[in-house]
Amino acid sequence: MKKDLLGISDLTADDIYRVLETADAMREVGQRPIKKVPTLRGKTVVNLFYEPSTRTRTSFEIAEKRLSADTLNVAVAASSVLKGETLVDTAMNIEAMSPDMIVLRHSSSGACHMLSRICKSRIINAGDGMHEHPTQALLDAFTIREHKKDIAGLKIAIVGDLLHSRVLRSNALLLTKLGANLWVCGPPTLVPPGIECLGVHVTTSIDEAVQDADVIMMLRIQQERMQGAFFPSLREYFNVFGMTTDRVKLAKPDVIIMHPGPMNRGVEIASDVADGPYSVILEQVANGVAVRMAVLYLLAGGVEDEAAA
Amino acid sequence: MPVVLDADRMARSLARIAHEILERNRGIEELALVGIRTRGVPLARRIAKSLLDISHHEIPTGALDITLYRDDLSSHTLGPQPLVRKTEIPFSIDGKLILLVDDVLYTGRTIRAALDALIDFGRPKAIQLVVLVDRGHRELPIKADYVGKNIPTASTQNVQVHLMEIDGRDEVEVLP
Repeated sequence: MKKDLLGISDLTADDIYRVLETADAMREVGQRPIKKVPTLRGKTVVNLFYEPSTRTRTSFEIAEKRLSADTLNVAVAASSVLKGETLVDTAMNIEAMSPDMIVLRHSSSGACHMLSRICKSRIINAGDGMHEHPTQALLDAFTIREHKKDIAGLKIAIVGDLLHSRVLRSNALLLTKLGANLWVCGPPTLVPPGIECLGVHVTTSIDEAVQDADVIMMLRIQQERMQGAFFPSLREYFNVFGMTTDRVKLAKPDVIIMHPGPMNRGVEIASDVADGPYSVILEQVANGVAVRMAVLYLLAGGVEDEAAA
Repeated sequence: MPVVLDADRMARSLARIAHEILERNRGIEELALVGIRTRGVPLARRIAKSLLDISHHEIPTGALDITLYRDDLSSHTLGPQPLVRKTEIPFSIDGKLILLVDDVLYTGRTIRAALDALIDFGRPKAIQLVVLVDRGHRELPIKADYVGKNIPTASTQNVQVHLMEIDGRDEVEVLP
């Protein structure tokens, strides 16, 4: 592993497998009567979230606590950010109190890379703008492996707002590295130009994308990032791109349906699919804690290129 | 003399330990074996097999990974983190007499970590320590209850235990 986890693009397939195998061991800690191990005792982890988050922030905090790290959450809404402090200044001030790791979520793509250059602390990307969300992709891969063993050769369809989705980018990088046959689908206005260069099949037909799929991953329509009319109405979007029980029937009989959350029920996914027998959406959330424990543990160790030097 | 314990003598040592365990502990129902990963696990299984042959009692057996409890993790500032593997203890250890099994007893730090880990799973009635080889050089006040073989070593030497289940042969070597 490198010093920081900025994105899946920095990881090799071996790194990914190492995280997933470590996560498998970490999950057992969460099933004990005492859900805590002393591994990161004395390490300080700062969760710096510039965007709203329930799942990711809670999941990181639980993971940190299960490893006995001292955690603190900077609530940006009640911080000096409101007084106009820049990200770099905030980070340097936090850094001055010598934490060991900073978990950052920010609305600007590349925010973590900038902190990585100026901070000695390990930086973990918890989502940067429309760029990457590596721990989400890792927990998705973990969940897929639980159901399908091997990711190589699976047909995986990712459907929804491709343009604004960091979950898509991280997942596309990860799943193609592990040899999946990846299809992405969305309205033409929400397909980023050049997406083919990630090695994915692109289609605007949801039926083509989900036909015989082993895994279907739905993406949220990110209205907070939309400035303009990308489609006529939410209702029309649901009719053309929403995941319904009829569309699930096109996929393989043992398909699993995933969603990174938060869901817009009745927009990208019908409620009966989200709560139905194929849905593994809550398993994804549960697995997130184990995967984040694995990432925290592995980053707390030495850096390979430093050791080699 | 690099080979200090061959397959035959290893088997006899483990059989003797199984007898000693039965001699020392009356209530066989409350015994449970926990092997420390990696090589303590097959050793624990072999002792369970011996105990089954002798007493016709199946002794519950688990596997413990102590990586998350190591005391040298934060000093590993160079080099990547050691691999964490699964702990699998499929029974309650409350009120049990736990036989903790490892291949080599050296500084005692692994056993310290294992004791901490076990206590997180419950409150055993007692914990006894079984090792195949005691090579001396303790750094903590820890002592084995059952020892396959005491092997005096220099701290520069390297004791390697090979087991059929993992390495394809049963043998203990002392390397310079």
